[in-house]
Parts: sequence; structure tokens; C-alpha cells
Amino acid sequence: MVETDKLNRRSVVAGLSALVGLAAAPAWAVSGAQAEKLVQSAVADINKIIASGKSESAMLRDFERVFSRYADVNIIALTTLGPARRSASLSQVAAYTNAFKAYFTRKYGRRFREFVGGEIQVNGSRSARGAVEVKSTAKLQGSAPFNVTWLVSDKSGSPKIFNIIIEGVNTLTSERAEIGAMLDKRGGDLNRLTKDLAKAG
Amino acid sequence: MSKRISKNIFQGLLAITLVAGLSACTPAPIPNEINDPNEAGNRDTHAVNIDVDRAIVRPTANAYGTVIPEPVRNAIGNAASNLNLPGMVFNNLMQARFDDAAANTFRFLLNTTLGFAGIVDVATEAGLPARATDFGETLHVWGVREGNYLELPLVGPSTERHAFGRVVDTVVNPLNLVFGGMDRTILTATGVAARFGDRYRYSDLVDSILYESEDGYAQARLLYLQNRRFQLRDGAEQEFFDPYEDIYGGN
Repeated sequence: MVETDKLNRRSVVAGLSALVGLAAAPAWAVSGAQAEKLVQSAVADINKIIASGKSESAMLRDFERVFSRYADVNIIALTTLGPARRSASLSQVAAYTNAFKAYFTRKYGRRFREFVGGEIQVNGSRSARGAVEVKSTAKLQGSAPFNVTWLVSDKSGSPKIFNIIIEGVNTLTSERAEIGAMLDKRGGDLNRLTKDLAKAG
Repeated sequence: MSKRISKNIFQGLLAITLVAGLSACTPAPIPNEINDPNEAGNRDTHAVNIDVDRAIVRPTANAYGTVIPEPVRNAIGNAASNLNLPGMVFNNLMQARFDDAAANTFRFLLNTTLGFAGIVDVATEAGLPARATDFGETLHVWGVREGNYLELPLVGPSTERHAFGRVVDTVVNPLNLVFGGMDRTILTATGVAARFGDRYRYSDLVDSILYESEDGYAQARLLYLQNRRFQLRDGAEQEFFDPYEDIYGGN
């Protein structure tokens, strides 16, 4: 299986880099307390938007601001683009990143109404490979509590959330698969993907 | 299925477990990759499932969600979950996870009495959430491997091991020993109503995967496998890949 070989090679490379990273960690690693504070603050801002009772389009605009403030939009966009990034020009990548940001905001912003009346309780954190995993429990009305893990890193220059894992489901992995499928369906044409992404979600 | 047959199978499994010796088992390894050699057939099943959802399940769930008020839907959902607990306790015992068996038993007693036959989930409110399990997990604990990915008609994403576990759970449900005839029909109806309730509650998520995704089959497969493996790891997170390394490092 080609895919497995690739993954193995990647994990070996990643493992080696993690060892190297470990030595350098204290220089840039974000602290657990910092990461927890960031998540708590993001959750508070999201709750405020939901409680505002504004129209959906107004809430989406607010949510886009929260997303830019707390999430590392660049790394999320580039990761979802995958290997196609290497053959793309800088302006293509910039256009894709912009389109992705709008798509991502619409797609997940609309789902935030599921959080109405709910709360997210931060349970603690641990460092993992230069990033911090913040563990939390989401308690939504009428459903059993579930685990949400937030990955925070400051490798972009300031502490930002770069991935959310909900009951084991990795947002970055899922979104990379989705973008990969979209790109495949467009014969690998990044310009077409960017154009369609601006309307999708 | 008569009570007698259920009882025999139930006793048989119990005996197998005891003979096999619980301590001798090592859980099967949890893979990271997707193992789907029957993808073409699975995609055919997925297409049928989509048709069924569009024509029957989704409209019924929407009607159910619109007509039945939320507190009643929650009560039905709670009752159905409560009725799953005896089966879960059975599996907890099969897995030799006695803490979980005790917690789920206590939960069942609490919700059945103080929670008015399970319609109020007092246990979760008291800080004792369900420790969900099934025979698929029991097989995992016994060392049976995950098998191939398998999309089941009506049920949706599964694996060979999980699918077999579902059959066993249906046949050996301890409630079969207690309920028969009309009671069993009510039992089944509660479970079905709860599933429509779930389809309604998670309609935004389900719709986004089934209807808005570019490749809904692949998204459903990924979501199921990640979530299932997370459950089998007992909530422990995997090592995550580091996107910063991928983007800035070495390329």
C-alpha cells in the first residue's frame, strides 16, 4: 500500500524532527496556562456571539473575526492544500488561503448554533511536540458530554489554535481529505478549486 | 427469537468467556490507516443509503423533530440509552472491565428508579456519564482485529468486527430475557424513535457530510474510523501530526 509507506516515511521524518524540536523547545514553546487561557477566551467569545441573537450573516462576520484572532489560518489552509502547495505559485497559494478562510468560516460558523445553551469546560493541558493539547468537555443540551481537544502552538509568532479534535475526529485531517477530493475532482486545477471554494461551504 | 434461545446463547457466551480465561487476552492493535479493499462495493451501499436517507430517514426525522417537542424527544432518547445499559454491562463483564460494569449498573439502577424508568438521565447530571461499549469492543479486547472497513445497509459506516458485534449485541441483549411480545415491540420502537431523534439533532452535521461534502463516502469513513478507534483507545488521543513540521520543516 503506497499510502501507508508514505505515512510511515512521514512519521519517521516527523519523529526525528520532534527529537530535534525537543532540544529547542524551551525557546518557543507555548505554556499550558497560556494555551488554556487562549481556549477559554475563544470559547467565551464564541458564546458571546451565539448569545447576541444577531442574524446568521452578522454572526458569521463576528465568527470570522474570532477565527482570525484565535486560529492559525495560514497553517490550516496550507495543511489542507497538501502536496499541491509545492507546485503552486505564491499568488496561487495566497488566493487559495483567502478562499479557504471564507469557506471554513461559513462551514463551521453555521454549525455554531448547535452550541446554543451549551458550555465548554476546560479540564487541563499537556505539552506534545512543541504544541499544547488543551482538553475540554463540551456539554450541549440534550446530548451526552463529549471530549474536545484543542491544539495550540506559537510557531506562527503568537499562540494560536491550529487543530480541534472532537471525540477523536481530527478537523485538520478531515478537511485535508475534503480539499483533496475537491482538487481531484477538478483535475488538480488549483485555480478552479480556489474559485469554487469561494462559493462552497 | 424466543426467550429460551436468547438464554441459551447468553449462557453459552458466558461459558466461552470463562473457559477462554479473561486474563489471557491481549487487545488487538489499533491501526491508523484506512483498510478498505472492498471500496467499490461499499460505495454502492453508500449510494443506496443516501437514497434511503433522502427518501425516508431524513424526512421522517424532520417530521419527528418538528412534531414531537424537544423535552419528549430527550426523554425518549434517555429511555433508549437506559435500555442499552444491561447489554453494555454484559460487555463490560466480558471485557473483564469490572469498574465500568459497576458504573453502568449503578447508572442503570439510578436512572430506572430516580429517573422514572430512564426518561430522566439523573446519573449523567450526578457526574456518572455512560461508559458506552458493545460486543465489537469486546472482540477488540479479546484480540480480534478490526477487519476491513464495511458500510452496512441502513446502519452506515462499520468494520467487519463491529458489524459482527452488532449482530451479537442484538441476539444476546439481556433485556431479551425479560421482555417478550408486545413489550419487545415497544422496546424496538423506542430505539428506532431515538435514532430518528439523533438524525434530527445532528442534522446539520449529517447533512454536511452526506450532501454537502465533495466525497461524502470518504468523509463518513474517516469520521467513523477516527471516532471508533478513539473509543477503543478509551479516549486517549493519538500522536497528532505536526502541520508546522510539514509546512516549514525540511521541504
